[in-house]
Amino acid sequence: METLLEPFQFAFFRHGIVVATLAGGLCGLVGVYVVLRGMSYIGHGLSHAIFGGAAASAVVNVNFYLGAGIWGLASALMIGRVTRRRVIGSDAAIGVITTASFALGLVLFGSFGAARKSVDAVLFGSILGVTAGDVWVVLAVSLGAAAIVFFRYRALLFTTFDPEVADVSGVNTARTDALLMLVLAVSILATMKVIGVVLIAAMLVIPPVSARMLTNSFARMLWLSVVIGAACGLVGMYLSYHLDVSSGATIVLVGAVVFGLTFAMNGPRGLGRADRHTVAAPVMEP
Amino acid sequence: MSEPLVRIERATCAYGGVPVVVNADLEFSPGDFTGIVGPSGSGKTTLLRAVLGTVHPVAGTVRRLRGLAVGYVPQLETVDWNFPVTVSEAVLMARTKGRVLPWAGPAERREVVVVLERLGIAELGRRHLRELSGGQLQRVFIARALLRQPQLLLLDEPTSGVDVRTRHDVLHLLADLNAEGLAVVLTTHDLNGIAAHLPHLVCLNTEVIGEGAPADVLTPEILQRTYGAPMEVLQHGGMPVVVDRSEPNDNVIRLRRGTA
Repeated sequence: METLLEPFQFAFFRHGIVVATLAGGLCGLVGVYVVLRGMSYIGHGLSHAIFGGAAASAVVNVNFYLGAGIWGLASALMIGRVTRRRVIGSDAAIGVITTASFALGLVLFGSFGAARKSVDAVLFGSILGVTAGDVWVVLAVSLGAAAIVFFRYRALLFTTFDPEVADVSGVNTARTDALLMLVLAVSILATMKVIGVVLIAAMLVIPPVSARMLTNSFARMLWLSVVIGAACGLVGMYLSYHLDVSSGATIVLVGAVVFGLTFAMNGPRGLGRADRHTVAAPVMEP
Repeated sequence: MSEPLVRIERATCAYGGVPVVVNADLEFSPGDFTGIVGPSGSGKTTLLRAVLGTVHPVAGTVRRLRGLAVGYVPQLETVDWNFPVTVSEAVLMARTKGRVLPWAGPAERREVVVVLERLGIAELGRRHLRELSGGQLQRVFIARALLRQPQLLLLDEPTSGVDVRTRHDVLHLLADLNAEGLAVVLTTHDLNGIAAHLPHLVCLNTEVIGEGAPADVLTPEILQRTYGAPMEVLQHGGMPVVVDRSEPNDNVIRLRRGTA
Protein backbone atom coordinates (compact mmCIF):
# COMPACT_ATOMS: atom_id res chain seq x y z
CA MET A 1 0.00 0.00 0.00
CA GLU A 2 2.83 2.32 0.86
CA THR A 3 4.40 1.73 -2.53
CA LEU A 4 1.11 2.47 -4.25
CA LEU A 5 0.72 5.80 -2.46
CA GLU A 6 4.40 6.70 -2.51
CA PRO A 7 4.31 9.08 -5.52
CA PHE A 8 1.58 11.21 -3.92
CA GLN A 9 3.98 12.46 -1.26
CA PHE A 10 5.78 14.47 -3.96
CA ALA A 11 4.30 17.83 -4.96
CA PHE A 12 5.57 17.49 -8.54
CA PHE A 13 3.66 14.20 -8.91
CA ARG A 14 0.48 15.60 -7.42
CA HIS A 15 0.69 18.51 -9.88
CA GLY A 16 1.53 16.13 -12.70
CA ILE A 17 -1.34 13.73 -12.11
CA VAL A 18 -3.90 16.55 -11.84
CA VAL A 19 -2.59 18.14 -15.03
CA ALA A 20 -2.46 14.78 -16.85
CA THR A 21 -6.07 13.99 -15.89
CA LEU A 22 -7.25 17.43 -16.98
CA ALA A 23 -5.14 17.28 -20.15
CA GLY A 24 -6.56 13.86 -21.07
CA GLY A 25 -10.11 15.08 -20.55
CA LEU A 26 -9.41 18.28 -22.50
CA CYS A 27 -7.91 16.37 -25.43
CA GLY A 28 -10.90 14.01 -25.31
CA LEU A 29 -13.33 16.94 -25.47
CA VAL A 30 -11.66 18.85 -28.30
CA GLY A 31 -10.74 15.62 -30.07
CA VAL A 32 -14.40 14.77 -30.71
CA TYR A 33 -14.63 17.70 -33.13
CA VAL A 34 -11.17 16.99 -34.54
CA VAL A 35 -12.12 13.39 -35.36
CA LEU A 36 -15.63 14.05 -36.66
CA ARG A 37 -14.32 16.80 -38.95
CA GLY A 38 -11.51 14.56 -40.23
CA MET A 39 -8.98 17.11 -38.94
CA SER A 40 -6.59 14.74 -37.17
CA TYR A 41 -3.73 15.97 -39.32
CA ILE A 42 -4.13 19.57 -38.23
CA GLY A 43 -3.90 18.54 -34.56
CA HIS A 44 -0.69 16.74 -35.38
CA GLY A 45 0.57 19.68 -37.43
CA LEU A 46 -0.25 22.39 -34.90
CA SER A 47 1.48 20.55 -32.09
CA HIS A 48 4.63 20.30 -34.22
CA ALA A 49 4.39 23.97 -35.18
CA ILE A 50 4.12 24.98 -31.53
CA PHE A 51 7.33 23.03 -30.86
CA GLY A 52 9.20 25.71 -32.83
CA GLY A 53 7.68 28.34 -30.55
CA ALA A 54 8.59 26.32 -27.47
CA ALA A 55 12.20 26.12 -28.65
CA ALA A 56 12.40 29.83 -29.40
CA SER A 57 10.86 30.64 -26.00
CA ALA A 58 13.42 28.47 -24.20
CA VAL A 59 16.35 29.96 -26.14
CA VAL A 60 15.41 33.62 -25.68
CA ASN A 61 14.03 32.96 -22.17
CA VAL A 62 10.49 34.13 -22.83
CA ASN A 63 7.44 32.68 -21.04
CA PHE A 64 6.63 29.29 -22.63
CA TYR A 65 2.89 29.92 -23.04
CA LEU A 66 3.43 33.37 -24.52
CA GLY A 67 6.13 32.37 -27.00
CA ALA A 68 4.66 29.05 -28.08
CA GLY A 69 1.14 30.52 -28.15
CA ILE A 70 2.08 33.37 -30.47
CA TRP A 71 4.05 30.95 -32.63
CA GLY A 72 1.17 28.47 -32.83
CA LEU A 73 -1.35 31.18 -33.68
CA ALA A 74 0.96 32.60 -36.36
CA SER A 75 1.35 29.10 -37.85
CA ALA A 76 -2.41 28.57 -37.90
CA LEU A 77 -2.95 31.94 -39.58
CA MET A 78 -0.20 31.22 -42.10
CA ILE A 79 -1.77 27.85 -42.94
CA GLY A 80 -5.10 29.59 -43.48
CA ARG A 81 -3.53 32.26 -45.68
CA VAL A 82 -1.60 29.80 -47.86
CA THR A 83 -4.70 27.61 -48.19
CA ARG A 84 -6.94 30.54 -49.19
CA ARG A 85 -4.59 31.43 -52.04
CA ARG A 86 -5.44 27.96 -53.42
CA VAL A 87 -1.97 27.52 -54.90
CA ILE A 88 -1.47 24.42 -52.75
CA GLY A 89 -3.95 22.34 -50.75
CA SER A 90 -4.48 22.70 -47.01
CA ASP A 91 -2.79 19.34 -46.29
CA ALA A 92 0.33 20.45 -48.17
CA ALA A 93 0.24 23.85 -46.41
CA ILE A 94 0.03 22.14 -43.01
CA GLY A 95 2.85 19.77 -44.00
CA VAL A 96 5.22 22.51 -45.15
CA ILE A 97 4.59 25.13 -42.46
CA THR A 98 4.38 22.88 -39.43
CA THR A 99 7.34 20.65 -40.29
CA ALA A 100 9.43 23.74 -41.10
CA SER A 101 8.50 25.13 -37.69
CA PHE A 102 9.34 21.80 -36.04
CA ALA A 103 12.70 21.68 -37.84
CA LEU A 104 13.46 25.23 -36.75
CA GLY A 105 12.73 24.20 -33.17
CA LEU A 106 15.20 21.30 -33.44
CA VAL A 107 17.86 23.63 -34.90
CA LEU A 108 17.35 26.16 -32.10
CA PHE A 109 17.55 23.49 -29.41
CA GLY A 110 20.59 21.95 -31.13
CA SER A 111 22.39 25.27 -31.37
CA PHE A 112 21.94 26.07 -27.71
CA GLY A 113 23.25 23.15 -25.69
CA ALA A 114 21.91 24.50 -22.42
CA ALA A 115 18.38 24.08 -23.68
CA ARG A 116 18.97 20.48 -24.79
CA LYS A 117 17.32 19.06 -21.70
CA SER A 118 14.11 20.78 -22.68
CA VAL A 119 13.87 18.95 -26.03
CA ASP A 120 12.87 15.59 -24.62
CA ALA A 121 10.44 17.23 -22.21
CA VAL A 122 8.72 19.16 -24.99
CA LEU A 123 8.75 16.20 -27.39
CA PHE A 124 7.54 13.50 -25.03
CA GLY A 125 6.22 15.31 -21.96
CA SER A 126 7.62 15.31 -18.46
CA ILE A 127 6.00 15.44 -15.04
CA LEU A 128 9.12 17.06 -13.65
CA GLY A 129 8.41 20.23 -15.61
CA VAL A 130 4.87 20.64 -14.26
CA THR A 131 4.48 23.44 -11.75
CA ALA A 132 1.55 24.63 -9.64
CA GLY A 133 1.15 27.42 -12.19
CA ASP A 134 0.72 24.84 -14.97
CA VAL A 135 -2.08 23.20 -12.97
CA TRP A 136 -3.98 26.49 -12.93
CA VAL A 137 -3.31 27.09 -16.62
CA VAL A 138 -4.61 23.65 -17.67
CA LEU A 139 -7.58 23.99 -15.29
CA ALA A 140 -8.47 27.40 -16.75
CA VAL A 141 -8.12 26.15 -20.34
CA SER A 142 -10.22 23.06 -19.56
CA LEU A 143 -12.99 25.13 -17.98
CA GLY A 144 -12.85 27.60 -20.88
CA ALA A 145 -13.06 24.82 -23.47
CA ALA A 146 -15.95 23.18 -21.58
CA ALA A 147 -17.80 26.52 -21.41
CA ILE A 148 -17.33 27.12 -25.15
CA VAL A 149 -18.55 23.60 -25.97
CA PHE A 150 -21.55 24.09 -23.67
CA PHE A 151 -22.64 27.51 -24.92
CA ARG A 152 -21.74 26.88 -28.57
CA TYR A 153 -22.87 23.23 -28.54
CA ARG A 154 -25.51 23.54 -31.23
CA ALA A 155 -23.43 25.75 -33.57
CA LEU A 156 -20.39 23.46 -33.23
CA LEU A 157 -22.53 20.37 -33.85
CA PHE A 158 -24.28 21.80 -36.93
CA THR A 159 -21.06 23.23 -38.38
CA THR A 160 -19.29 19.91 -37.86
CA PHE A 161 -22.13 17.84 -39.34
CA ASP A 162 -23.22 19.95 -42.31
CA PRO A 163 -21.33 23.25 -42.69
CA GLU A 164 -23.06 24.29 -45.90
CA VAL A 165 -26.59 24.01 -44.52
CA ALA A 166 -25.45 25.48 -41.18
CA ASP A 167 -24.19 28.50 -43.11
CA VAL A 168 -27.47 29.05 -44.94
CA SER A 169 -29.40 28.47 -41.71
CA GLY A 170 -27.89 31.57 -40.15
CA VAL A 171 -25.00 29.97 -38.23
CA ASN A 172 -21.78 31.97 -38.48
CA THR A 173 -19.67 28.98 -39.58
CA ALA A 174 -16.51 31.01 -40.19
CA ARG A 175 -16.56 32.31 -36.61
CA THR A 176 -17.42 28.86 -35.25
CA ASP A 177 -14.51 27.29 -37.16
CA ALA A 178 -12.13 30.01 -35.95
CA LEU A 179 -13.30 29.48 -32.37
CA LEU A 180 -12.66 25.75 -32.64
CA MET A 181 -9.19 26.33 -34.07
CA LEU A 182 -8.42 28.70 -31.20
CA VAL A 183 -9.61 26.15 -28.62
CA LEU A 184 -7.55 23.45 -30.36
CA ALA A 185 -4.38 25.57 -30.42
CA VAL A 186 -4.75 26.64 -26.78
CA SER A 187 -5.49 23.05 -25.71
CA ILE A 188 -2.37 21.75 -27.45
CA LEU A 189 -0.33 24.51 -25.83
CA ALA A 190 -1.70 23.76 -22.37
CA THR A 191 -1.23 20.00 -22.56
CA MET A 192 2.15 19.99 -24.28
CA LYS A 193 4.22 19.87 -21.08
CA VAL A 194 2.58 16.65 -19.92
CA ILE A 195 1.84 14.74 -23.11
CA GLY A 196 4.50 16.19 -25.38
CA VAL A 197 4.42 17.44 -28.97
CA VAL A 198 4.82 14.07 -30.65
CA LEU A 199 2.01 12.36 -28.78
CA ILE A 200 -0.67 15.06 -28.47
CA ALA A 201 -2.20 14.13 -31.82
CA ALA A 202 -2.70 10.58 -30.48
CA MET A 203 -4.59 11.86 -27.43
CA LEU A 204 -6.76 14.03 -29.67
CA VAL A 205 -7.77 10.92 -31.62
CA ILE A 206 -7.75 7.83 -29.36
CA PRO A 207 -10.38 8.89 -26.75
CA PRO A 208 -12.97 10.14 -29.30
CA VAL A 209 -12.50 7.16 -31.61
CA SER A 210 -12.86 4.77 -28.64
CA ALA A 211 -15.97 6.70 -27.51
CA ARG A 212 -17.39 6.61 -31.04
CA MET A 213 -17.10 2.82 -31.04
CA LEU A 214 -19.26 2.72 -27.92
CA THR A 215 -22.14 4.99 -28.93
CA ASN A 216 -24.17 6.45 -31.77
CA SER A 217 -25.10 9.55 -29.76
CA PHE A 218 -23.09 12.76 -30.14
CA ALA A 219 -23.74 13.99 -26.59
CA ARG A 220 -22.78 10.61 -25.13
CA MET A 221 -19.68 10.50 -27.34
CA LEU A 222 -18.61 13.88 -25.92
CA TRP A 223 -18.69 12.88 -22.26
CA LEU A 224 -17.41 9.34 -22.90
CA SER A 225 -14.43 10.80 -24.76
CA VAL A 226 -13.72 13.18 -21.86
CA VAL A 227 -13.93 10.32 -19.33
CA ILE A 228 -11.70 8.03 -21.43
CA GLY A 229 -9.15 10.82 -21.99
CA ALA A 230 -9.09 11.76 -18.29
CA ALA A 231 -8.77 8.10 -17.23
CA CYS A 232 -5.88 7.59 -19.67
CA GLY A 233 -4.17 10.70 -18.26
CA LEU A 234 -4.65 9.55 -14.67
CA VAL A 235 -3.58 5.94 -15.14
CA GLY A 236 -0.83 6.79 -17.61
CA MET A 237 0.75 9.37 -15.33
CA TYR A 238 0.60 7.01 -12.35
CA LEU A 239 2.19 4.16 -14.31
CA SER A 240 4.87 6.43 -15.74
CA TYR A 241 6.12 7.15 -12.22
CA HIS A 242 6.44 3.48 -11.31
CA LEU A 243 7.86 2.45 -14.69
CA ASP A 244 10.14 5.50 -14.79
CA VAL A 245 9.34 6.26 -18.42
CA SER A 246 8.00 9.30 -20.31
CA SER A 247 4.60 10.43 -19.04
CA GLY A 248 3.29 11.26 -22.52
CA ALA A 249 4.28 7.91 -23.96
CA THR A 250 2.66 6.04 -21.07
CA ILE A 251 -0.57 8.04 -21.33
CA VAL A 252 -0.80 7.31 -25.06
CA LEU A 253 -0.02 3.61 -24.50
CA VAL A 254 -2.83 3.40 -21.93
CA GLY A 255 -5.06 5.05 -24.53
CA ALA A 256 -4.01 2.46 -27.08
CA VAL A 257 -4.93 -0.32 -24.63
CA VAL A 258 -8.36 1.29 -24.08
CA PHE A 259 -8.83 1.48 -27.84
CA GLY A 260 -7.85 -2.20 -28.17
CA LEU A 261 -10.29 -3.23 -25.42
CA THR A 262 -13.10 -1.15 -26.95
CA PHE A 263 -12.44 -2.72 -30.32
CA ALA A 264 -12.40 -6.20 -28.79
CA MET A 265 -15.75 -5.49 -27.09
CA ASN A 266 -17.45 -4.03 -30.17
CA GLY A 267 -15.54 -5.67 -33.01
CA PRO A 268 -16.06 -4.56 -36.60
CA ARG A 269 -19.45 -3.04 -35.69
CA GLY A 270 -17.78 -0.51 -33.43
CA LEU A 271 -14.99 0.19 -35.89
CA GLY A 272 -17.61 0.74 -38.57
CA ARG A 273 -19.15 3.43 -36.38
CA ALA A 274 -15.81 5.10 -35.82
CA ASP A 275 -14.67 5.09 -39.42
CA ARG A 276 -15.70 8.45 -40.83
CA HIS A 277 -15.15 7.26 -44.34
CA THR A 278 -17.21 4.13 -44.00
CA VAL A 279 -20.51 5.32 -45.37
CA ALA A 280 -23.21 2.82 -44.64
CA ALA A 281 -24.96 1.69 -47.78
CA PRO A 282 -28.56 2.87 -47.70
CA VAL A 283 -31.13 0.22 -46.99
CA MET A 284 -33.37 0.37 -50.01
CA GLU A 285 -37.05 0.49 -49.33
CA PRO A 286 -39.05 -2.51 -50.47
CA MET B 1 -49.47 39.05 -59.35
CA SER B 2 -47.37 38.50 -56.22
CA GLU B 3 -43.81 39.75 -55.94
CA PRO B 4 -41.13 37.16 -56.86
CA LEU B 5 -39.33 35.52 -53.94
CA VAL B 6 -36.07 35.57 -55.90
CA ARG B 7 -35.21 37.53 -59.01
CA ILE B 8 -32.02 36.64 -60.90
CA GLU B 9 -31.00 39.25 -63.46
CA ARG B 10 -28.20 38.65 -65.96
CA ALA B 11 -26.26 36.83 -63.23
CA THR B 12 -22.85 35.34 -63.96
CA CYS B 13 -21.19 33.14 -61.34
CA ALA B 14 -17.60 31.95 -61.60
CA TYR B 15 -15.07 29.87 -59.68
CA GLY B 16 -11.47 31.09 -59.97
CA GLY B 17 -12.32 33.19 -63.04
CA VAL B 18 -14.04 30.31 -64.85
CA PRO B 19 -17.71 31.13 -65.47
CA VAL B 20 -20.09 28.38 -64.36
CA VAL B 21 -23.38 30.22 -64.86
CA VAL B 22 -23.58 32.97 -67.48
CA ASN B 23 -26.20 35.69 -67.92
CA ALA B 24 -28.98 33.84 -66.10
CA ASP B 25 -32.37 35.57 -66.00
CA LEU B 26 -34.87 33.73 -63.78
CA GLU B 27 -37.61 34.36 -61.24
CA PHE B 28 -39.01 32.13 -58.50
CA SER B 29 -42.41 33.18 -57.17
CA PRO B 30 -44.74 31.94 -54.40
CA GLY B 31 -46.38 28.66 -55.42
CA ASP B 32 -43.75 27.81 -58.05
CA PHE B 33 -42.60 24.23 -58.48
CA THR B 34 -39.56 24.39 -60.73
CA GLY B 35 -37.03 21.80 -61.83
CA ILE B 36 -33.56 22.76 -63.08
CA VAL B 37 -32.15 20.17 -65.48
CA GLY B 38 -28.83 19.95 -67.25
CA PRO B 39 -25.73 17.79 -67.57
CA SER B 40 -23.10 17.44 -64.82
CA GLY B 41 -21.12 20.66 -64.47
CA SER B 42 -23.85 22.73 -66.12
CA GLY B 43 -24.13 25.06 -63.11
CA LYS B 44 -27.27 23.67 -61.42
CA THR B 45 -25.82 23.53 -57.90
CA THR B 46 -24.08 26.90 -58.41
CA LEU B 47 -27.42 28.44 -59.38
CA LEU B 48 -28.99 27.06 -56.18
CA ARG B 49 -26.07 28.43 -54.15
CA ALA B 50 -26.51 31.84 -55.79
CA VAL B 51 -30.16 31.78 -54.68
CA LEU B 52 -29.03 30.76 -51.18
CA GLY B 53 -26.49 33.56 -51.12
CA THR B 54 -23.45 31.34 -50.54
CA VAL B 55 -22.17 32.08 -54.07
CA HIS B 56 -22.10 35.71 -55.14
CA PRO B 57 -22.45 36.60 -58.83
CA VAL B 58 -19.44 38.29 -60.43
CA ALA B 59 -21.87 40.15 -62.70
CA GLY B 60 -25.61 40.76 -62.57
CA THR B 61 -27.74 40.44 -59.45
CA VAL B 62 -29.65 37.93 -57.35
CA ARG B 63 -32.35 39.73 -55.36
CA ARG B 64 -34.19 37.94 -52.58
CA LEU B 65 -37.41 39.19 -51.06
CA ARG B 66 -36.62 41.00 -47.82
CA GLY B 67 -36.75 38.55 -44.89
CA LEU B 68 -37.14 35.54 -47.22
CA ALA B 69 -36.89 32.24 -45.32
CA VAL B 70 -35.19 29.58 -47.45
CA GLY B 71 -34.92 25.88 -46.64
CA TYR B 72 -32.10 23.92 -48.25
CA VAL B 73 -31.75 20.18 -48.74
CA PRO B 74 -28.23 19.26 -49.95
CA GLN B 75 -27.27 16.20 -51.97
CA LEU B 76 -27.31 13.10 -49.75
CA GLU B 77 -23.78 12.24 -50.89
CA THR B 78 -22.42 15.37 -49.19
CA VAL B 79 -23.57 14.21 -45.75
CA ASP B 80 -21.60 11.89 -43.45
CA TRP B 81 -24.20 9.17 -42.80
CA ASN B 82 -22.01 7.79 -40.06
CA PHE B 83 -22.15 10.97 -37.98
CA PRO B 84 -23.38 10.18 -34.43
CA VAL B 85 -26.76 11.91 -34.41
CA THR B 86 -30.33 10.67 -34.26
CA VAL B 87 -33.09 11.80 -36.61
CA SER B 88 -34.52 14.20 -34.01
CA GLU B 89 -31.08 15.71 -33.32
CA ALA B 90 -30.46 16.20 -37.05
CA VAL B 91 -33.83 17.92 -37.54
CA LEU B 92 -33.33 20.09 -34.44
CA MET B 93 -30.16 21.53 -36.00
CA ALA B 94 -32.44 23.91 -37.89
CA ARG B 95 -33.06 25.60 -34.55
CA THR B 96 -29.40 26.51 -33.94
CA LYS B 97 -29.30 30.24 -34.60
CA GLY B 98 -29.60 32.29 -31.44
CA ARG B 99 -29.85 29.24 -29.14
CA VAL B 100 -27.45 29.13 -26.19
CA LEU B 101 -28.41 26.02 -24.23
CA PRO B 102 -27.38 22.67 -25.72
CA TRP B 103 -30.63 20.86 -25.02
CA ALA B 104 -34.00 21.38 -26.68
CA GLY B 105 -36.90 22.85 -24.74
CA PRO B 106 -40.36 21.21 -24.68
CA ALA B 107 -41.66 23.57 -27.40
CA GLU B 108 -38.76 22.71 -29.71
CA ARG B 109 -39.20 18.99 -29.11
CA ARG B 110 -42.90 19.34 -29.93
CA GLU B 111 -42.08 21.18 -33.16
CA VAL B 112 -39.72 18.38 -34.20
CA VAL B 113 -42.41 15.75 -33.53
CA VAL B 114 -44.95 17.75 -35.56
CA VAL B 115 -42.67 18.11 -38.58
CA LEU B 116 -41.66 14.43 -38.43
CA GLU B 117 -45.34 13.46 -38.29
CA ARG B 118 -46.07 15.72 -41.24
CA LEU B 119 -43.47 13.83 -43.27
CA GLY B 120 -44.62 10.42 -42.05
CA ILE B 121 -41.42 9.55 -40.16
CA ALA B 122 -42.46 10.24 -36.54
CA GLU B 123 -41.47 6.73 -35.51
CA LEU B 124 -37.87 7.30 -36.67
CA GLY B 125 -37.08 10.11 -34.20
CA ARG B 126 -34.72 8.07 -32.04
CA ARG B 127 -33.06 6.18 -34.89
CA HIS B 128 -29.48 6.87 -35.96
CA LEU B 129 -29.00 8.27 -39.48
CA ARG B 130 -27.09 5.24 -40.75
CA GLU B 131 -30.07 3.02 -39.95
CA LEU B 132 -32.21 4.86 -42.51
CA SER B 133 -32.90 4.21 -46.17
CA GLY B 134 -32.11 6.82 -48.80
CA GLY B 135 -35.75 7.90 -48.95
CA GLN B 136 -36.06 8.19 -45.17
CA LEU B 137 -32.85 10.21 -45.00
CA GLN B 138 -34.17 12.54 -47.68
CA ARG B 139 -37.31 13.08 -45.60
CA VAL B 140 -35.18 13.84 -42.53
CA PHE B 141 -33.35 16.61 -44.38
CA ILE B 142 -36.61 17.96 -45.81
CA ALA B 143 -37.96 17.96 -42.22
CA ARG B 144 -34.90 19.92 -41.07
CA ALA B 145 -35.45 22.45 -43.86
CA LEU B 146 -39.18 22.73 -43.03
CA LEU B 147 -38.49 23.41 -39.35
CA ARG B 148 -37.23 26.82 -40.47
CA GLN B 149 -40.73 27.47 -41.87
CA PRO B 150 -39.40 28.47 -45.28
CA GLN B 151 -41.27 30.21 -48.07
CA LEU B 152 -38.87 28.68 -50.60
CA LEU B 153 -37.48 25.14 -50.48
CA LEU B 154 -34.36 24.36 -52.52
CA LEU B 155 -33.33 20.74 -53.10
CA ASP B 156 -30.14 19.59 -54.81
CA GLU B 157 -30.69 16.28 -56.60
CA PRO B 158 -33.30 15.00 -54.13
CA THR B 159 -33.79 11.73 -55.98
CA SER B 160 -30.18 10.96 -56.82
CA GLY B 161 -29.29 7.35 -55.99
CA VAL B 162 -32.74 6.29 -54.76
CA ASP B 163 -35.00 3.61 -56.18
CA VAL B 164 -38.14 4.17 -58.27
CA ARG B 165 -40.56 3.85 -55.34
CA THR B 166 -38.59 6.34 -53.21
CA ARG B 167 -38.35 8.74 -56.13
CA HIS B 168 -42.12 8.53 -56.52
CA ASP B 169 -42.66 9.13 -52.78
CA VAL B 170 -40.31 12.12 -52.67
CA LEU B 171 -41.97 13.67 -55.72
CA HIS B 172 -45.44 13.28 -54.18
CA LEU B 173 -44.25 14.69 -50.88
CA LEU B 174 -42.86 17.77 -52.62
CA ALA B 175 -46.08 18.15 -54.63
CA ASP B 176 -48.08 18.07 -51.37
CA LEU B 177 -45.82 20.71 -49.79
CA ASN B 178 -46.15 22.84 -52.91
CA ALA B 179 -49.94 22.48 -52.78
CA GLU B 180 -49.78 23.85 -49.22
CA GLY B 181 -48.17 27.01 -50.62
CA LEU B 182 -44.44 26.28 -50.41
CA ALA B 183 -42.39 27.30 -53.46
CA VAL B 184 -40.11 24.42 -54.49
CA VAL B 185 -37.03 24.52 -56.70
CA LEU B 186 -35.03 21.37 -57.30
CA THR B 187 -32.22 20.19 -59.53
CA THR B 188 -32.40 16.80 -61.18
CA HIS B 189 -30.75 14.59 -63.77
CA ASP B 190 -33.90 12.52 -64.08
CA LEU B 191 -35.76 13.84 -67.14
CA ASN B 192 -38.49 11.20 -67.30
CA GLY B 193 -38.92 10.25 -63.64
CA ILE B 194 -38.94 13.79 -62.20
CA ALA B 195 -38.58 16.66 -64.68
CA ALA B 196 -41.43 15.62 -66.99
CA HIS B 197 -43.82 15.59 -64.00
CA LEU B 198 -43.06 19.15 -62.84
CA PRO B 199 -45.12 22.16 -63.91
CA HIS B 200 -42.08 24.29 -64.77
CA LEU B 201 -38.57 23.49 -66.02
CA VAL B 202 -35.33 25.37 -66.57
CA CYS B 203 -32.84 23.77 -68.98
CA LEU B 204 -29.34 24.89 -68.00
CA ASN B 205 -25.96 24.40 -69.57
CA THR B 206 -23.98 27.32 -68.17
CA GLU B 207 -26.60 29.51 -69.88
CA VAL B 208 -30.34 29.13 -69.54
CA ILE B 209 -31.20 27.26 -72.74
CA GLY B 210 -34.95 27.07 -72.22
CA GLU B 211 -37.62 27.73 -69.62
CA GLY B 212 -41.28 26.76 -69.42
CA ALA B 213 -43.65 23.81 -69.15
CA PRO B 214 -42.16 20.36 -69.87
CA ALA B 215 -44.08 20.13 -73.14
CA ASP B 216 -42.43 23.37 -74.28
CA VAL B 217 -38.82 22.75 -73.21
CA LEU B 218 -38.40 18.98 -73.49
CA THR B 219 -37.93 19.19 -77.23
CA PRO B 220 -35.15 17.60 -79.29
CA GLU B 221 -33.69 21.02 -80.15
CA ILE B 222 -33.49 22.34 -76.57
CA LEU B 223 -32.28 18.98 -75.23
CA GLN B 224 -29.59 18.82 -77.93
CA ARG B 225 -28.38 22.30 -76.90
CA THR B 226 -28.60 21.44 -73.20
CA TYR B 227 -26.92 18.04 -73.21
CA GLY B 228 -24.94 18.21 -76.46
CA ALA B 229 -26.37 14.84 -77.50
CA PRO B 230 -29.24 13.87 -79.79
CA MET B 231 -32.42 12.99 -77.94
CA GLU B 232 -35.82 11.94 -79.14
CA VAL B 233 -39.01 13.03 -77.38
CA LEU B 234 -41.98 10.67 -77.51
CA GLN B 235 -45.45 11.19 -76.07
CA HIS B 236 -46.84 8.72 -73.57
CA GLY B 237 -50.13 9.30 -71.75
CA GLY B 238 -49.94 13.00 -72.63
CA MET B 239 -46.45 13.37 -71.16
CA PRO B 240 -43.12 13.78 -72.90
CA VAL B 241 -40.71 10.84 -72.65
CA VAL B 242 -37.07 11.55 -73.50
CA VAL B 243 -35.12 8.82 -75.28
CA ASP B 244 -31.34 8.98 -75.63
CA ARG B 245 -30.39 8.45 -79.25
CA SER B 246 -26.65 8.14 -78.61
CA GLU B 247 -26.23 5.02 -80.77
CA PRO B 248 -22.44 4.62 -80.49
CA ASN B 249 -22.83 3.76 -76.80
CA ASP B 250 -25.39 1.06 -77.64
CA ASN B 251 -22.92 -0.45 -80.07
CA VAL B 252 -20.19 -0.47 -77.44
CA ILE B 253 -22.46 -2.32 -75.03
CA ARG B 254 -23.45 -4.84 -77.68
CA LEU B 255 -19.83 -5.35 -78.67
CA ARG B 256 -18.77 -5.96 -75.07
CA ARG B 257 -21.58 -8.41 -74.50
CA GLY B 258 -20.69 -10.18 -77.74
CA THR B 259 -17.06 -10.61 -76.77
CA ALA B 260 -17.69 -11.61 -73.17
